[in-house]
Amino acid sequence: MGRGGTGALPPAADCAGAAGPRAGGRAPRGSWAAAMLLSRCPSSSRARQCFHALKLIKRECLPSLHIARCVSTASVPRITTHYTIHPRDKDKRWEGVNMERFAEEADVVIVGAGPAGLSAAIRLKQLAAEHSKEIRVCLVEKASQIGAHTLSGACLEPRSLQELFPDWKERGAPLNTPVTEDKFGILTKKYRIPVPILPGLPMVNHGNYIVRLGHFVSWLGEQAEALGVEVYPGYAAAEVLFHEDGSVKGIATNDVGIQKDGAPKATFERGLELHAKVTVFAEGCHGHLAKQLYKKYNLREKCQPQSYGIGLKELWTIDEKKWKPGRVEHTVGWPLDRHTYGGSFLYHLNEGEPLVALGFVVGLDYQNPYLNPFREFQRWKHHPSVQPTLEGGTRIAYGARALNEGGFQSIPKLTFPGGLLIGCSPGLMNVPKIKGTHTAMKSGMLASEAIFSQLINENLQSKTIGLDVQEYEENLKKSWVWKELYAVRNIRPSCHSILGVYGGMIYTGIFYWILRGMEPWTLKHPGPDFAQLKPAKDCTPIEYPKPDGKISFDLLSSVALSGTNHEHDQPAHLTLKDDSIPVNRNLAVFDGPEQRFCPAGVYEYIPLETGEGSRLQINAQNCVHCKTCDIKDPSQNINWVVPEGGGGPAYNGM
Amino acid sequence: MAGLRVLVGVKRVIDYAVKVRVAAGGGGVQTQGVKHSLNPFCEIALEEGVRLRERGAAAEVVAVSVGTRVCQAIDDDCNQTGQLLAAMLDWPQGTFASRVEPEGEWVRVQREVDGGLETLRLRLPAVLTADLRLNEPRYATLPNIMKAKKKPLEVVAASEFLGGGSPPAPPRLRVLKLEEPPPRGGGQRVDDVPALLERLRASGCI
Repeated sequence: MGRGGTGALPPAADCAGAAGPRAGGRAPRGSWAAAMLLSRCPSSSRARQCFHALKLIKRECLPSLHIARCVSTASVPRITTHYTIHPRDKDKRWEGVNMERFAEEADVVIVGAGPAGLSAAIRLKQLAAEHSKEIRVCLVEKASQIGAHTLSGACLEPRSLQELFPDWKERGAPLNTPVTEDKFGILTKKYRIPVPILPGLPMVNHGNYIVRLGHFVSWLGEQAEALGVEVYPGYAAAEVLFHEDGSVKGIATNDVGIQKDGAPKATFERGLELHAKVTVFAEGCHGHLAKQLYKKYNLREKCQPQSYGIGLKELWTIDEKKWKPGRVEHTVGWPLDRHTYGGSFLYHLNEGEPLVALGFVVGLDYQNPYLNPFREFQRWKHHPSVQPTLEGGTRIAYGARALNEGGFQSIPKLTFPGGLLIGCSPGLMNVPKIKGTHTAMKSGMLASEAIFSQLINENLQSKTIGLDVQEYEENLKKSWVWKELYAVRNIRPSCHSILGVYGGMIYTGIFYWILRGMEPWTLKHPGPDFAQLKPAKDCTPIEYPKPDGKISFDLLSSVALSGTNHEHDQPAHLTLKDDSIPVNRNLAVFDGPEQRFCPAGVYEYIPLETGEGSRLQINAQNCVHCKTCDIKDPSQNINWVVPEGGGGPAYNGM
Repeated sequence: MAGLRVLVGVKRVIDYAVKVRVAAGGGGVQTQGVKHSLNPFCEIALEEGVRLRERGAAAEVVAVSVGTRVCQAIDDDCNQTGQLLAAMLDWPQGTFASRVEPEGEWVRVQREVDGGLETLRLRLPAVLTADLRLNEPRYATLPNIMKAKKKPLEVVAASEFLGGGSPPAPPRLRVLKLEEPPPRGGGQRVDDVPALLERLRASGCI
């Protein structure tokens, strides 16, 4: 449950308190948001008309007084209003507001209901039942329903599922498509060079299943609830709580009822504190709470910086004649150059209708600020080896998410007093295999086993109030997860040489296939992704073809298919540490790369209404929670925080 | 007035931000796995009921949902359920209510109509339907969700209400076909009025 989306259609302007004339009802030129409004209302249903009317009324009634109060002498219009940047204890509008929070006590709190979080929750309850113990496990998830924020290819290796539920088939786990065919190719502009997949290479998929991960996660959620896990979708963990001794005490869910400009609404209410002996952080790739924990506990001291990719995905129903259920296809090469890591996937699902899942990954260590991952994906679909499959088909879903590519070298310390990290949050993805679900699930299970043994240990002497479950990390290092990640550790970094991706393939063919990762060296990453971006003046803009509306599409109609939405009257959750940096640095030096790497059109540089120059407009409502901006902002000025729970994409089996 | 009992119908619908798709077979809309939410108008109606109770105007608020275990309806946007109910009950109706004020045996309802606002005074009992401007619903916060999970939820078989244990009558409507609307054609821009007239003449409109 959580807040319904009343009146959550995007308004025309999202810039709060801008100095200068800002007519309440006028849509800024070329505004994505206004066009979104139109593209979301193809039918003239009364509900949508009402929302539209109400939004205009609300905006028109508020602005003039508001602007008069907020006009400042600073030339930078205020963009960020979130309380993490502008604390409320110094804000006059919050004087006298009751900031008390209720608290609930649990044994274990888990943040994030993805494969890792759910596996951890399930394992805990399984152990509790085995030992006839009662433990309270609470799981919070920012999506409105389990699976709504899950996005992945995906080819699932059932290894961990088999351990968690040996009877997964009888329980109805949605693994309906065994892989029957595995194809790999290198694309040039016109041709496709097939590459044989020899047994022993990491991308062999024999024994695996093509799944719709969102549905799999949804099924895991049902299993968890049946076992007695308290699952709370629609509630985001917004804050980590600490004991006085510095150990983690739990989390607090998001406050609700804060206006766009940061002031409290009549419906303002504080979030709930969930206290636990151990808090498990399973936020997925580049979690926002994990970011804070890295700093606080210095968890990244001894590891390489994490490296990422952005994955964009679509679901298509295709012509039955072209449908080959069980086929897995991957390509590298065109349209990316050899220095830009990335490639495509195309999986034929077998769930009744002729459905394919396809997508494109671009490594976020790319150097050219003119690169637009969304448009690379759209133009890849026109390749002569891809387009025929999609011709006559219909696109039914779209989404995007960042993924980890750092591998073994980038795994941080996993435990700290009162908590631990599992899954894609610390980053356990096997990059050349392009699989992270099986390792995520196993890490969740190992964490729970270690936690449980501490919970039932009556003679436990803990130095801190929050338990430090170091056995989890020790056991993970002894498990098949560690061996697997170690073996493939050098493949991704081998793409950093002058031979680029082809160097990586050669390395894989020679060293991995023969030595299976036993080579004594460990290659490094060149540095964090955001630092790889070159200034715009040193790079060439890329000419992307216009979308044809049948195979390739524009950004807005794509974002509409993600079903994403947020309560519009809340502070933008894409916060800027310094409001002046986007124009003064990102735009000036890098030509505003956020306009291009955001797969949802959140960031727009639009011309100022008066005078010269531009301002950054943040269309927070479009956000699909991919985390790419927080990763790739060359100024590291964007800090993604969690919006009101329930907002974000509404993926269905992505 | 103490003793006023408020019944609020609630339904779960496909979330309005989700793009609706015709299900395979064309007999309905794809609902499997699709994000559903409480119908925003039902949320507003429920909020109004709760507010009436909070200020002592109502004694009890009962929320009811009718259907299968996963009670849901696809919102047809027909805008007739409240009116149909009032007709069947032979009760007065105040639809598109943006303000509700009980006054003893009456209720004063301000309605949003095309021409502006209309205020009616209805004799209770009456059927009201909510307009978006009726109120802004409060959030369902986690502590309240946790409390709600422990509250009783009564499930009653429909036959119990029909007397004699007879099952409900089968639906009298059958959906034959559902299709997507035709894609919008592109518009065309013209530079000035003469060009517009030229185009209109050329297409035979004038």
